Order: sequence, then C-alpha cells, then structure tokens
Amino acid sequence: MAKILMKGNEAIAAAAIKGGCKFFFGYPITPQNELPEYMARELHKAGGCFVQAESEVAAINMVYGAAGSGARVMTSSSSPGIALKQEGISYIAGAELPCVIVNISRGGPGLGGIQPAQSDYFQNTRGGGNGDYRLIVYAPATLQEAVDLTMEAFDVADYYRNPVVISGDGMIGQMMEPIEFKELPKREIPPKDWATTGTKGKRKPNIINSLALDPAELEKHNIRLKEKYDLIEKNEVRYEMYNIENAELVIVSYGTTSRIVKNAIAALKQEGINVGLIRPITLWPFPMKAFDEIPKTVKALLSVEMSMGQMIDDVKIANKGRYPVHFYGRSGGMIPTPDGIAQKVKEILGGVK
Amino acid sequence: MAVVFKRTNGLKDIPTHYCPGCTHGIIHRLVGEVLEELDVLGKTIGVAPVGCSVLAYDYFNCDMHEAAHGRAPAVATGIKRVDPDNIVFTYQGDGDLASIGAAEIIHAAHRGEKITTIFVNNAIYGMTGGQMAPTTLIGQKATTAPYGRDKEHSGMPLKVSEMLATISGAVFVERVAVNTPANIRKAKKAIKKAFEVQMEGKGFGIVEILSTCPTNWGLAPTEALKWLEENMIPYYPLGNFRTPEEAK
Repeated sequence: MAKILMKGNEAIAAAAIKGGCKFFFGYPITPQNELPEYMARELHKAGGCFVQAESEVAAINMVYGAAGSGARVMTSSSSPGIALKQEGISYIAGAELPCVIVNISRGGPGLGGIQPAQSDYFQNTRGGGNGDYRLIVYAPATLQEAVDLTMEAFDVADYYRNPVVISGDGMIGQMMEPIEFKELPKREIPPKDWATTGTKGKRKPNIINSLALDPAELEKHNIRLKEKYDLIEKNEVRYEMYNIENAELVIVSYGTTSRIVKNAIAALKQEGINVGLIRPITLWPFPMKAFDEIPKTVKALLSVEMSMGQMIDDVKIANKGRYPVHFYGRSGGMIPTPDGIAQKVKEILGGVK
Repeated sequence: MAVVFKRTNGLKDIPTHYCPGCTHGIIHRLVGEVLEELDVLGKTIGVAPVGCSVLAYDYFNCDMHEAAHGRAPAVATGIKRVDPDNIVFTYQGDGDLASIGAAEIIHAAHRGEKITTIFVNNAIYGMTGGQMAPTTLIGQKATTAPYGRDKEHSGMPLKVSEMLATISGAVFVERVAVNTPANIRKAKKAIKKAFEVQMEGKGFGIVEILSTCPTNWGLAPTEALKWLEENMIPYYPLGNFRTPEEAK
C-alpha cells in the first residue's frame, strides 16, 4: 500500500478503526480534537458508533459499559481530560476490561497550556485512579509508530483484558507525516465469554464488577492482577537502542523528544562526541533490561524530557546505581532544542571539546 | 393446589442484604417480575449503582454491570450502543442519581438514550449512614443536616421527575410509591410501561419510586410507610409526567 500523508490525530483514529475499534466515546479538548472528529465522520461506515459525551467522566464510563459488552472501544483526550477519566480507568482496570485510551498531552498542571508536553508521565504510568493497577503505555515517536502501536493496542488490550494507553504529545497529534497501514501479526484472543451481552437463556448471568467487600477476596484479586502485570512486564517491554556502541554518555528519552535527541546526537558526532540513546517505547512496562546493555565506555546517563523530570525515577531504578544520572528538560510547552541538549551533554562530559 | 404467588425468575434465589422494612426488596421484585413477564431476561443488562443497592448485580437474574457513583447512565449508554436490541436498565438511588450523577442522568435523557432508569428516592443517603441527599425534605433531619434541612442553607429538595420531564428525549417519566398494595400495583404498571417504551425504541424512560429508609429515618417500618405518605407524597406528587405521545 502506498504511503499517505496524514495528521497525527487522524492517523491514530484511522489506525484504531483498522485495529477493529467499533465504538468511540469522547469529549473535545485541544490538541486532540481531530481524533474524535475523524471518528464522528468515519466510525459509522465501519459499522460502529461515535458518541460525544457530556464530559470526560461520562465518556470513560461509556467506554466501561461498551468494553463490558465485549466491544472494541476507544476514547481520547488530553492531560486535564485524562485526569477526569482516572476514576473510570481505575474501574475498567479493576473489572479487567480491554480498551484503548489516547492521551495527546499538553502542558500542566491544572488547565496548563495547549502546547506539547510530557508532564503526564506520572499520570500515564502511575495512574491517577485509586488502587493497585497498571496500564500498558505506548509512547510512539513517529506517526508510523503511532499507527502501528494503535492498531496493535486493541489486540494487546483484549489479550490481557487491560486498558492500553497511547501516550503522544501535542506534536504527535498535530504534525503530518507519511504513513502506511501495514498488516500486523494478530494475537490469538481468548473468547469474551465474560461479557454482558445478554444470557440468551443459555448461560448463567455475567457480572462486570470491581467491588469486593471481603478483604481476603479483594487481596486475592490484587494478587492475581499483579501476576498479570508481571507477565506483561516479562512479555511486552519495547525499546530502541540507538548509537550505543562506544558511547561516552547515554541519553534516555521517549516520544517526540527522542527525535530531537537524535538530532543532538548527530551534531555531537560531528564534534567527535559519541552519545547513545535508550528510547522506551513502552513507558510501562519500563525497559529496565535495556540498561543492562549499556557498554563500559559510558560515563553518565542523561534523562531528557519535556517535563520537569518525571521519568528520572524510572531511569535511576533501571540504572541500579551504576552511572551518575543527570536531567535536562523543558516544560510548559517549550520544546528542547538539539543545541540545548548538546550543551548539556558537553557540560556533563567536562566542558566543550 | 393452584399456585397463587411464587418467586419471580427475574431475581436469583438468594437473600438480599437490605435492612428490615426497606422497600428495595419490593422494587427489586417488581423489576424482576416485569422483566420475566416481558420475556426479556435473556437480553437484559442491568447497571447497578453505588449506594444501598450497590449489590443489585448479585440479585437480578440477568447480565449485570456495576458502575461508579452516579455513572450508571453513562455505562448504560455504552452497553446500549454496542447492541441496541438488548434491554438496558439502571437502578439508582437518589444520592447516586440526583447528586453526583446529575449530569449523567440529564444527558442520557437529553440524548434520548433508549434505556430505562429505576430511580429509588428515599430522601436520604442510606448506605453511607443517613447524610442529607438533594431530595431530603425541608426540616428533615440527616447526619449532615442535624437541625433539619434548611432551604436558605441547602436549597429546596430536587424534583427529578419534574426536571427530566422538561427534556425532549425523556419520553416516559412517572413517579410512583411503594407504601401501599394499591401503589405497589401502580408502580409495577409504570415500570412495565417504561420497559415497553424502551422495547419500542421510543427514547429514555424513568420511573421515580418513593421508598423508605426505616434505619436512617429512625422509624419502625410501618411508621416509615406512613411518613412517606404524609411527608414525601405531598412534596413529590405521584403521577405521570410524560408519555411518548406527549413527548412528540
């Protein structure tokens, strides 16, 4: 299939439909509006249904109902909107339902701004909802990757009966790039015999629920969830290692920021400074094992983010105390520049060469 | 011997957790009987709320989906949109529906969502221990209105049926009570009509059912029924507020 030029938000929406998404419930918020708009135009043609909810809270609960009925369902929003959805996300995770949640993030806290930011790292990977739960979080760096991951996300969500987050920022949502909708390998999904589709008089009633008043029962549920999360950590970690061999310093960066980092790495190479990159593609599970592959030539690590340093804790855990960990970040919608990153690398390595 | 009364197949054969004298049991039975009589148990999905009836998902003999506080109409929207041929109902108390879930119920009605809402109004928060609800009457005591509800401080009790009847998507709105055998029969008739309206695809239907809370009202069950009649019905008049014919 030939490549086509699409805007990020629309490309993610188109990929979702190709991934089998039949239902979309959302509420407008900048900078992701082209996504629900695309769904409003196109989803019914795929035999599905788009509903604009009265709020983000209602939207995620519509997702909860549709997911419980066994449908492939998605919602999208941006940072403060995702904050409102956290209650429902906790319920969906608790009831072990599959769904895909897109967060095209912007600067915060509070109402923040509408420019790109990565300051939802905690919100995406730790969750703002209550209880012991985890979300699988994909952080695409290009629109092609966003499309591939979105298509696959529905399979992954169904496979584990767990919500999957596509974590992009305003840049991913708003930029245009050529993309191709490729056939991806499908997973074998167990039948959704747990769904509330009506008993048809043929089976006992199904109950979709996250309430367990007996503490022993709830603990058992949490232990079982943890076993599932352990399995996800074992099987679903994704990352990219870039220019690692003979590197003096390794930058850890994800999403659109990692593209700027690659430009900084190229510029530094011109000056004879060899810098590598670890790019987490899954923010959770975080690619801890990538850090075991760091060569002995490396003197330090540098976490580069469009936030005030939310990923640095994970970098430190993954580093296991082996190298000093530094931080460079911009926030509020300010974008890091290759020059700014290169300057920081030179400072760490002991002055301009 | 002829069987004159038996358990409805609309409910599972298990004891409920409700307090003695609470009318949730009657209302559960009415809903169960209606679903059985309409022969739709096999294609019904109920949505249970947060509050006293949070465990309703254990009692109804059909597929059930538990929802967060107030969100049942949104959850029901998702379920109904996936398969419009299924029958979907929410079962909600007054704290759940009239307070934290006011937006969800108004907008489900506003979209003309083809679901049925069973709204149990006992003018108090039961499960959390008797706090003031939006429906608590003026002068009625609650743990968070220890001197009785004061209009200046907390506003007038919210008349949900009257409010929803102004929304064009709400095609069936009726308020009933379960304080006497005659009223219980009327309540069942209204519940049946609300489900029939859904089956005919006409729009959103709600039955508000005046109910008692002997435990948190601090009254014996029979006194509670009398209190309902003397205090609730005068402020929350029984009757139909909207039929599909009027909604056109």
